[in-house]
Amino acid sequence: MTLAINLPGLQLKNPIMPASGCFSFGREYSHFYDLSELGAIMIKAATEEKRLGNSTPRVAETKSGMLNAIGLQNPGVLKIIENELPFLGGYDLPVIANIAGSTVEEYENVAKALRQTDLIHAIELNISCPNVKEGGVQFGTVPEVAYEVTRRVKEQASVPVYVKLSPNAADIVAVAQAVESAGADGLTMINTLTGMTIDLHKRRPLLSNKVGGLSGPAIKPVAIRMIYDVYKAVNIPIIGMGGIMTTEDVLEFLMAGASAVAVGTANFQNPMICKELIDDLPTTLKQYGFESIEEAIGSAHR
Amino acid sequence: MKLMNTHLHAISVIAEKTIKMDIVIEKKLLETIRPGQFVYIQIGSSSEHMLRRPISIADVDIEKELLTLVYKELGEGTRKLSQLKKGDPLNLLIPCGNGYRIDQLQLSHALLIGGGIGVPPLYYLAKKLVEKGIKVTTIIGFQSKEDVFFEEEFKGLGDCFVTTNDGSYGQQGYVTDSIEKEQPEFDNYFACGPNPMLKAIELKLTDKKGFLSLEERMGCGIGACYACVVPTKDEKGSKKICQDGPVFSAGEVKI
Ligand SMILES: Cc1cc2nc3c(=O)[nH]c(=O)nc-3n(C[C@H](O)[C@H](O)[C@H](O)COP(=O)(O)OP(=O)(O)OC[C@H]3O[C@@H](n4cnc5c(N)ncnc54)[C@H](O)[C@@H]3O)c2cc1C
Ligand SMILES: Cc1cc2nc3c(=O)[nH]c(=O)nc-3n(C[C@H](O)[C@H](O)[C@H](O)COP(=O)(O)O)c2cc1C
Ligand code: FES
Repeated sequence: MTLAINLPGLQLKNPIMPASGCFSFGREYSHFYDLSELGAIMIKAATEEKRLGNSTPRVAETKSGMLNAIGLQNPGVLKIIENELPFLGGYDLPVIANIAGSTVEEYENVAKALRQTDLIHAIELNISCPNVKEGGVQFGTVPEVAYEVTRRVKEQASVPVYVKLSPNAADIVAVAQAVESAGADGLTMINTLTGMTIDLHKRRPLLSNKVGGLSGPAIKPVAIRMIYDVYKAVNIPIIGMGGIMTTEDVLEFLMAGASAVAVGTANFQNPMICKELIDDLPTTLKQYGFESIEEAIGSAHR
Repeated sequence: MKLMNTHLHAISVIAEKTIKMDIVIEKKLLETIRPGQFVYIQIGSSSEHMLRRPISIADVDIEKELLTLVYKELGEGTRKLSQLKKGDPLNLLIPCGNGYRIDQLQLSHALLIGGGIGVPPLYYLAKKLVEKGIKVTTIIGFQSKEDVFFEEEFKGLGDCFVTTNDGSYGQQGYVTDSIEKEQPEFDNYFACGPNPMLKAIELKLTDKKGFLSLEERMGCGIGACYACVVPTKDEKGSKKICQDGPVFSAGEVKI
């Protein structure tokens, strides 16, 4: 059975890739398996300048999940182009560059900087960041703001742009339709859900940033519901993510309407997870009566 | 670093909520382990605990092919580890972190300073130092008498002084009080314990070269997620405790 699937800018050998921020730039995981086995890689968010991120503690375990508030620590887009992308260029591996910013201009500048390299195949526009000019409201929660940042990044980008939707939006379908009309080539969803946990001994929020993003199996039903709804409302492909641990989870995302999936938090419990999912997926597809990936995509809607 | 399935060989309680575990590990891997490195251990096999737990390597027995961990039961993860029995499966990432690079040092007398759950990695370190003919003096601090462990083991390797915060055993006070009282002679110091302790030691022993082992909450445990960072002293950058550490030279990072 072929697991291959073609999406804008991405010829995927299989529909499995690591999610942004959970896999850095791949180096650490390359000690566990050959990165060329992956469908693609979503690299850690790039901002215009270097960012040092939040103070620690930055992560907390929660039931079947975790909270993180890394704070976009990264060396800045130019350093990523110079020091990280050449390493990934050594693999047979489509690279999706996640970009972040505090202002629309910053997003534009990161997208512009990425024109310098031919080592990326698509951009993932992370609109879950707080907009400093609009009182810190996430770009991704207001359809008009999401439209504007997508339109302006599309103007700068030389590769297809996938917009990463935030589950914190009141109406994620409205945001999805807004970014589609702004020219998005695809969607990735979902980013983390805002959450908090309190340290009983210290009597204060455990994370130093107080709030963090919830990820892992705990958010899977939310992701499935959102993908199911968005799939019906748009005509661009979706890369799904949120709590994937097993090949059955992968199939559920495909059925809901995702054309490919990303795996984040599960890499922390099992560094081999992506490879194991790729190896086991054909058996699961067959077991549930599918002859190809294409057949499974959106099959819960028929 | 390897991801491996293995099993528990023995488990026992050695002090208040303090558990010693012997885990079966092949000789070839044990030979590569440096004192100060840790294992990143999975809790259960379901999705309930998505994060592993970092536990220092307390001892290595190459002949018997055993690795020893000593940990305190604090929360749900460590409590679950304690329910395991001989023969139960365990999944480890091993070895993690840099450890103490004692091969690169010229010294004749080492001072080891440990606080609470920072004591275990110093035991394998002490054994390795003594093996190289280096004299070892150890100062270990605990909350209370019931918490004390490894005193006899360290006494078998050199001088060992114990402090307790409540004075119920050994000298009353902190490890820094004991350094003050005993005035031990040494070339380099090696410390592991809670951050306030490490900070106090770094401030006190400014004239000596030292090495500090740090703790932080971790995500990936292998350097990929930036959860476990500590700022460098100049605050212009940061280091990852899981990958660049957990051992740093005194003065290298801002505790
Ligand atoms: C490099 C390193 C070596 C360590 N070595 C030892 C050792 O030899 N013996 C020992 O008893 N303890 C050691 N610790 C601390 C130990 O990791 C924590 O006590 C343990 O993770 C707590 O887990 P829990 O399930 O009991 O607590 P929970 O509160 O259920 O844990 C929840 C989450 O917080 C994390 N966490 C909680 N406290 C700490 C902490 N102090 N440091 C790091 N993560 C924490 C857990 O790993 C887990 O992800 C070490 C920590 C580090 C970073
Ligand atoms: C530690 C950590 C860091 C993350 N960093 C980013 C990031 O930089 N950019 C981004 O778009 N998403 C980031 N995410 C979100 C993930 O890419 C993913 O959307 C989310 O975690 C849901 O998938 P999961 O449940 O499989 O982890 C991060 C998640 C985690 C846990
Ligand atoms: S725990 Fe992920 S970088 Fe250290």
